[in-house]
Amino acid sequence: MTSLQWRRFVDLFWTAASGTGVVLALVPLASLLWLVISHGAAGLSWSFFTSLPAPVGESGGGVGNGIVGTLLLVGIASAMALPVGIGAGVFLAEKGDGKAGSAIRFVAEVLSGVPSIVVGIVAYGLVVERMKRFSALAGGLALALLMVPTLARSTEEFVRLVPGALREASLALGVPKWRTSLLIVLRTAAGGIITAVLLAVARAAGETAPLLFTSLNNQYWNLRPDQPTASLTVQIFNYAISPYEDWHNKAWTAALVLLLLVGLLNLLARLLSRNQMEGAR
Amino acid sequence: MLPPSETSAGVRPSPLAHLRPSPEGDRVWSAGLTVFGGSVLVIAGLILAELGTQSGPAWKKLGVLSFLFGSAWDPVQDKFGALPFIYGTLVTSAIAVLVAVPVSVGLALFLSEMGPKQLRRPVAFAIEVLAAIPSVIFGLWGLFVMVPWLREYVEPFLQKTLGFLPLFQGPMIGLGYLAAGLILAVMILPTIASVTIEVLKTVPLPLKEGALALGATRWEAITMTVLPYARPGIFGAALLGLGRALGETMAVTMVIGNSPEIHASLFAPGYSLPAVIANEFAEATGAVHVAALAALGLVLFGITIILNALAQLLLQAVSKGVRRGAQ
Repeated sequence: MTSLQWRRFVDLFWTAASGTGVVLALVPLASLLWLVISHGAAGLSWSFFTSLPAPVGESGGGVGNGIVGTLLLVGIASAMALPVGIGAGVFLAEKGDGKAGSAIRFVAEVLSGVPSIVVGIVAYGLVVERMKRFSALAGGLALALLMVPTLARSTEEFVRLVPGALREASLALGVPKWRTSLLIVLRTAAGGIITAVLLAVARAAGETAPLLFTSLNNQYWNLRPDQPTASLTVQIFNYAISPYEDWHNKAWTAALVLLLLVGLLNLLARLLSRNQMEGAR
Repeated sequence: MLPPSETSAGVRPSPLAHLRPSPEGDRVWSAGLTVFGGSVLVIAGLILAELGTQSGPAWKKLGVLSFLFGSAWDPVQDKFGALPFIYGTLVTSAIAVLVAVPVSVGLALFLSEMGPKQLRRPVAFAIEVLAAIPSVIFGLWGLFVMVPWLREYVEPFLQKTLGFLPLFQGPMIGLGYLAAGLILAVMILPTIASVTIEVLKTVPLPLKEGALALGATRWEAITMTVLPYARPGIFGAALLGLGRALGETMAVTMVIGNSPEIHASLFAPGYSLPAVIANEFAEATGAVHVAALAALGLVLFGITIILNALAQLLLQAVSKGVRRGAQ
């Protein structure tokens, strides 16, 4: 074998090896999606969405309260996190070029890597310990604390995409800075910010760890923020680690419901951001 | 500029009066933004302060060193040692990084350098999907799909071929360090892969073109120009992945076996920092027990913060280098 042939062989070998990386990454994904869909679809029915969990041994029952609970938790979290996160993002984009800005950007970036379970402990101390009871409020606060840093960074990126000429045109017409920021820059970036919000909400809806000891769980319907509440993710966890075959099936079905919810939010975000990019072009 | 409009009688106020530059409005807007921006720092401070106060009693009662290096965990007898959890966290995260880094760097190289261009978008989309799946669903899949597969096929195979190593001895139950490490590998793969793809984009094209023009094969061009240039960035990506692996809770809790002991064998059940917090926090009754769990949280917070800060600094240095190179 000549040296050139050998070198071509080595090239081919590493091309194949790196291609194996693609296969190794996609196999678990394919397996997971297929099994969640195939195992989960069997248990899907209208009553699965609308009824309370059934006790062991009883047939039927659903995760209706978990779906409502997840929406309640995400709603509380959004009410707290959206203004702060978006505001911080606008701050970073508009006034974040100095030392304070880069410090805040750095802290936001580092905070987005903080384990969610740790944030759960914080929410426990701030709310559960003071109110002496587990509550949707505590769970919502935990999710909100997780949402703010990521929301700030993604909002900043979308606001920075707004062409400088737009802002300059507005300022040249004598519009004050704050009105320019609010009515020109933010309105232009609105699609992107909504994308960021949808992604943050999707992530929060899939969180389990910080809810285990903040919003806990609930066998019944609950809409009160000061009461413990069920959530889809905690229900999946409890069903999965239970010893009952029947509950394992419910875990798969609930996982399918959660996957559909998260997938829908991500799909919306994708569609919106595609429109946004095309609009900018 | 707008003419200064007069408000005295007889002069009509300008229809654009509401658009006049108003220093008050700007000041309020700017102050408001600063408050929101500062809130990020407040949140960081709040997390640290809250973990500090909650874990306080544990450090005081148990002593810092004897808590961190104690290996007994028995809440009934008020014995709390963090070592089994720190060990389990480190072992599972190490497995995850060792498995995920080669796979995701291979994937990134294939997508951005070696493979057909048509694959880029679909595979990048698949990686995004993988990143968006909630961790409790990974746990469900791990528990009912991966654990049986490990028990039936992978662990017997490893024991037969590499059984002379203490890592692969002992009973094979599926649940344990190996299962947790592998599910973590799947979960951190999107992080490492997508950051690595971004890093590869920063490699100046002329470098690679130069190597190719001199007759290098694609792989030679990659080892000679692309990889040396991208190495700090790939290292940063691995650190980010490691940080995610250390703090990942649900999937690990469901497959690690939840036994607070230290085993040399990767087949043995263990425990990790986030997993013990997830399992025991809601039911912890003793004040010391709660404080000890919060102390574990503080340890976890400390490790991940340091790792993430390092990764950020590395990646920032890489992207700054690009900007300097472009000028």
